[in-house]
Amino acid sequence: MTRPLDPPKRKDPLKKTRQPLYPQPVRSRTAQGLTAAAALGRFELQKCLDCNAVIYPPRDACPKCLSARVPFVPVHNGGQVLAETTIHTSTDPYFRERTPWRAGLTKLDVGPVVLSHLHGDVREGARVRLDLKLDKGGAPVMIALPDQETPHMADDPQLREMTCDPKFRRALITDGRGAVGQAMAKAFSEAGSTIVFVGIADPWKPFPGQDALGKIPRVEIVALDVTDSESVSEQAEQIGGRVDIIVNTADYVRPGGIMQRHGLTVAREEMDVRYFGLMRLAQAFGPGMRARGADGANSAAAFVNLLSVHALMNWPQYGGYSAAEAAALSAAQCLRAELRPGGVKVLNVFFGPLETEWFQTVPPPKVAPAALARAVVQALQRGQEELFIGDVAQDICARLAVNPKAIERELG
Amino acid sequence: MAADLVAFARAVTQGAIRVIDLTQTLSQEFPTIVLPPEFGQCAPFRIEEVSRYDERGPAWYWNNITLGEHTGTHFDAPVHWISGKDLPNNAVDTIEPRNFVAPASVIDCSRECAGNPDFELTVPFVEAWEAKHGRIAPGDWVLLRTDWSKLPYPQYAGMRDDGAHTPGPTPGAVKWLVEQRDVHGFGTETIGTDYGQAQHFNPPYPAHFYMHGKGRFGLQCLTNLDKLPPKGAVIVAAPLKIKNGSGSPLRVLALIEEAA
Repeated sequence: MTRPLDPPKRKDPLKKTRQPLYPQPVRSRTAQGLTAAAALGRFELQKCLDCNAVIYPPRDACPKCLSARVPFVPVHNGGQVLAETTIHTSTDPYFRERTPWRAGLTKLDVGPVVLSHLHGDVREGARVRLDLKLDKGGAPVMIALPDQETPHMADDPQLREMTCDPKFRRALITDGRGAVGQAMAKAFSEAGSTIVFVGIADPWKPFPGQDALGKIPRVEIVALDVTDSESVSEQAEQIGGRVDIIVNTADYVRPGGIMQRHGLTVAREEMDVRYFGLMRLAQAFGPGMRARGADGANSAAAFVNLLSVHALMNWPQYGGYSAAEAAALSAAQCLRAELRPGGVKVLNVFFGPLETEWFQTVPPPKVAPAALARAVVQALQRGQEELFIGDVAQDICARLAVNPKAIERELG
Repeated sequence: MAADLVAFARAVTQGAIRVIDLTQTLSQEFPTIVLPPEFGQCAPFRIEEVSRYDERGPAWYWNNITLGEHTGTHFDAPVHWISGKDLPNNAVDTIEPRNFVAPASVIDCSRECAGNPDFELTVPFVEAWEAKHGRIAPGDWVLLRTDWSKLPYPQYAGMRDDGAHTPGPTPGAVKWLVEQRDVHGFGTETIGTDYGQAQHFNPPYPAHFYMHGKGRFGLQCLTNLDKLPPKGAVIVAAPLKIKNGSGSPLRVLALIEEAA
């Protein structure tokens, strides 16, 4: 049984903060297929289209029939542990300071034998599920998890190295004025975050849900306006060293295309909130988070961007909005590379229209703020890097891989 | 005459004429007017450091700022309102510069406004003020002292679910000030020259409608009006020379003679 995680003690100010390290990150181009699956929280291996063999480790040709048609596809992740070992010493700086570390061989039901990390509740001979995760360096790895949920399973130290669990971490929800920010605050509080900082801009303007927001346990309202560089840096000076997860809920949704809109005022505001806002947060909070990526049980863990799936393909009815979302996505990709050396993940969450006021005229399916918040928490608990939530986002994601031109024509 | 001007300048330097700053500091936190979100919005004040004796500029400090024409303490030109759109010289760059210096009548209704954000300035109120302090002269700025500038921002903005609640003039009072008193313009401590609920007046926003319709000016987000005498202050309020500008943030100064 996993020993439940103790609430992190306050830091000893005389001790140096441990610098982040990460395991060897190099993978072959073919093996990035595992990265793609792990990012989405899926379990995929290569399967030969000619002889049906499931292949691991990744190769450019099928080892049985030499076919080059070996795409990554979802496969069943069940198997049995053949052998386990506990590593007590290592020459690798990352593992050196984390021993003892368990690893083992699992025979997958679909064929291959896989060397992977082992969850603490897994014993030799046991039935397990292999999970694809991204390690501290963002590289795909596998961990064998117990077949059935075990008590406090998520608190296993090896597993927690690969996830961004909000439990005992301190979250910053950047904008609590809207339904999404408020749902997010509630979800993080329920997920066991020790403090949920919630940013409020223009406190002189009342907003719906204000009273309920203040009553959520462990919520602390802070002054934060992502359109104001000084506000962002002042808040970072105050709480930057205690923010382990940022969820940027500051959004700006307005209908209208590029040519149809009258002037640039709205477009500037869109870019100011979405693109420059992200940049302000990244500059003010990013360096501190990157430095705190290995700071114990409440190390800095994740920067979450909430993005319209139309960042990936413009929706002319909301064309200016889509363009600003695309800018935010591009910035988020850069931020991911910048935070990776600290072991801090960037989770990009994609969705279609939300069940909010600015999508009032859009017919369902729409994503409810509470569902979005739950999905974000779950994706962090699983250590994902990408999340597509709701039918619209999942549909666009799937079809982009097949025929992006078709979506472009159908959207406008 | 020249001697008078020099004597005036000396009086300012030596303090016999006191300069009162009626301007709010331009800061990011200061409330900006809020319109329903589907309308275009006035940009709040924002400041970005260009360099501060660092790698971006080793020996100098400077900022880029963004703001709207109606951000912070600002001047409203007649072209701001549809009723003044066709008047000659109606924009900040074409207004005759002599209009930027004018005396003020300061109507104190701070006592009436205390605890009553819905205070309406009416003709009888102004007449009662005149009975006490003398008739408002043609060409006077009429400044409404409410002490609103002393309130914390939530009360200052007065936003509720039915709109803003801040003191201001009735349509009748504005019309009377323009037509019967030929005033220079109207100035307030609140975010706008109009009453908070002025969209429900007829005409809506009378301080904008009547003042600008007759080529008069507006000043808002003023402060320190409590330091001015009812009569005798001279206001210096020169907006930036923005091409066809509808208004402008500015430094508003009041000159008052130090009581002997």
